Amino acid sequence: MTGGPLPHSARRNEHMLKRVHFKPSLLPFLLVAPQIVITIVFFFWPASQALYQSFLVEDAFGLSTEFVWFDNFIELFQDPHYLGAFQRTAYFSLSVAFIAMFSALVLAAMADRIVRGATTYRTLLIWPYAIAPVLAGALWVFMFDPTLGIFVYALNAIGIDWNYKLNGDQAMTLVILASAWKQIAYNFLFFIAAMQSIPRSLIEAAAIDGAGPLRRFTTIIFPLITPTSFFLLVVNVVYAFFDTFGVIDAMTQGGPANATQILVYKVYYDGFVGLDLGGSAAQSVVLMAIVILLTVVQFRFIERKVEY
Amino acid sequence: MIENRPLITFLAHATIILGIAIVAFPIWITFVAASHDAVRMTQVPIPLWPGDQFFVNLKIALTRGLGGAQGPTAATLLLNSLITALMIAVGKIVISMLSAFAIVYFRFPFRMGFFWMIFVTLMLPVEVRILPTFKVVADLNLLDSYWGMTLPLIASATATFMFRQVFLTIPDEMLEAARIDGAGPMRFFWDILIPMSRTNIAALFVILFIYGWNQYLWPLLITTDSSLYTITIGIKNLLNSAELTPEWNIIMMTALLAMIPPVLVVVTMQKMFVKGLTETDK
Repeated sequence: MTGGPLPHSARRNEHMLKRVHFKPSLLPFLLVAPQIVITIVFFFWPASQALYQSFLVEDAFGLSTEFVWFDNFIELFQDPHYLGAFQRTAYFSLSVAFIAMFSALVLAAMADRIVRGATTYRTLLIWPYAIAPVLAGALWVFMFDPTLGIFVYALNAIGIDWNYKLNGDQAMTLVILASAWKQIAYNFLFFIAAMQSIPRSLIEAAAIDGAGPLRRFTTIIFPLITPTSFFLLVVNVVYAFFDTFGVIDAMTQGGPANATQILVYKVYYDGFVGLDLGGSAAQSVVLMAIVILLTVVQFRFIERKVEY
Repeated sequence: MIENRPLITFLAHATIILGIAIVAFPIWITFVAASHDAVRMTQVPIPLWPGDQFFVNLKIALTRGLGGAQGPTAATLLLNSLITALMIAVGKIVISMLSAFAIVYFRFPFRMGFFWMIFVTLMLPVEVRILPTFKVVADLNLLDSYWGMTLPLIASATATFMFRQVFLTIPDEMLEAARIDGAGPMRFFWDILIPMSRTNIAALFVILFIYGWNQYLWPLLITTDSSLYTITIGIKNLLNSAELTPEWNIIMMTALLAMIPPVLVVVTMQKMFVKGLTETDK
């Protein structure tokens, strides 16, 4: 998780400080020091290095570097591999978000109707959240292993030829399913919380007016949980962009033939395996821009929700 | 319930039970695979019902080295995961509480500057700055160390916001009363702020422990010494070796061991978990 947005009140400086506070001293500096030092050393310095390196080209031996302005970026956006990874990432993250949100929404809508046993159901649904992405990958690899997988056995039985190690589309489907599976729990919790915060009187009134369960869902419940859905969409996309590295590394390592190489995987691969520092740095900068964009989108949503 | 429609209620239960079955199926298969011997796990179709080798496999996984006799055992990997997860969770909570305390209760130069610096870290997840951060850790001689595995992940904007929010809801009278009693800032922090944010600390701890336990990319880059590997890296290495020696019973047993601690934390501290999730992400 890259984290949530800044609470609304944070932008109103006056409200951030207690009316009563301690006398000025050196103490507050000491208190913020650990966090600030770590922030500078491990966040700002590396990020600025990435920015700086994205404007450089280094020779193969690392002996000389040359400042090349935006050449790395131009090269990046002319590289069909990179554009392919971009497209793939968009497809991957939207699919993950859609599957994870849709399944969670159905389950939450059902759970919302249930009075008895609701807590038990919740317990049984939320724990995949705790499973590491790389583990989720391992579990799904095992179920879809071309020779041993239980699902492959079933698929072969109905005449479908399955080998995700050779077939790129199948590999993509598999990483999408594994990534979405892990995220259902999270979405479920937020959907159910949003549904339960809808005043019962509203739903009862609609029921008295003769609206059936389906109609109540589409005309009352669904519109009222739109803010939550939007929030979850952003969170799921961020998750698919950045937190699925483990899933992909465990399942396909970006293969076959780059079919599952998403942006984060490519940054890692080009930087640590391909040792292309400038190119990897430029990719990092593009990713940073995407995170900033998504965070801003999340912000605006929070603002609207407060006014709402 | 608004109206009594047995059919729809039945349908709701059926859908959820089906959903749970689908969500839980991968875990069931893992458990089943971990309870058979290696030979059975090479025969198609693989079993759907548990065998009787569970404890044999457990012993093998815990005591035999992964990737050769001299490799670390799953017990070592679990210990490494526990140490790093605790360092990350405790570290994030401590430094975030301290900075939130400073920002809420003191007026000092650059206060908002510091706040924004912490905020910006939200936009710099480790995945987008891996290479240069790796270089910083290497320059600081922290490769192959617990500190190298945890420090770069420890700054936390969300935790700082949450504590700031909590402190803002604590009535000003508390501080006034503490001051009348002659308590200094740190005394106030220890005796009033910490006890009053106990449940928030617990909720955050659940979320951060899972976050720390499930780290993969970062420890993978920082460790070359296999005795420092975490369980997530161990699983990946086992998967790689599965191409040659597919000991799926041991792999799945190790996977089971890797998921038990975080799943236990979520299930036993469910209230705290839900509170932590909704409060840090909203």
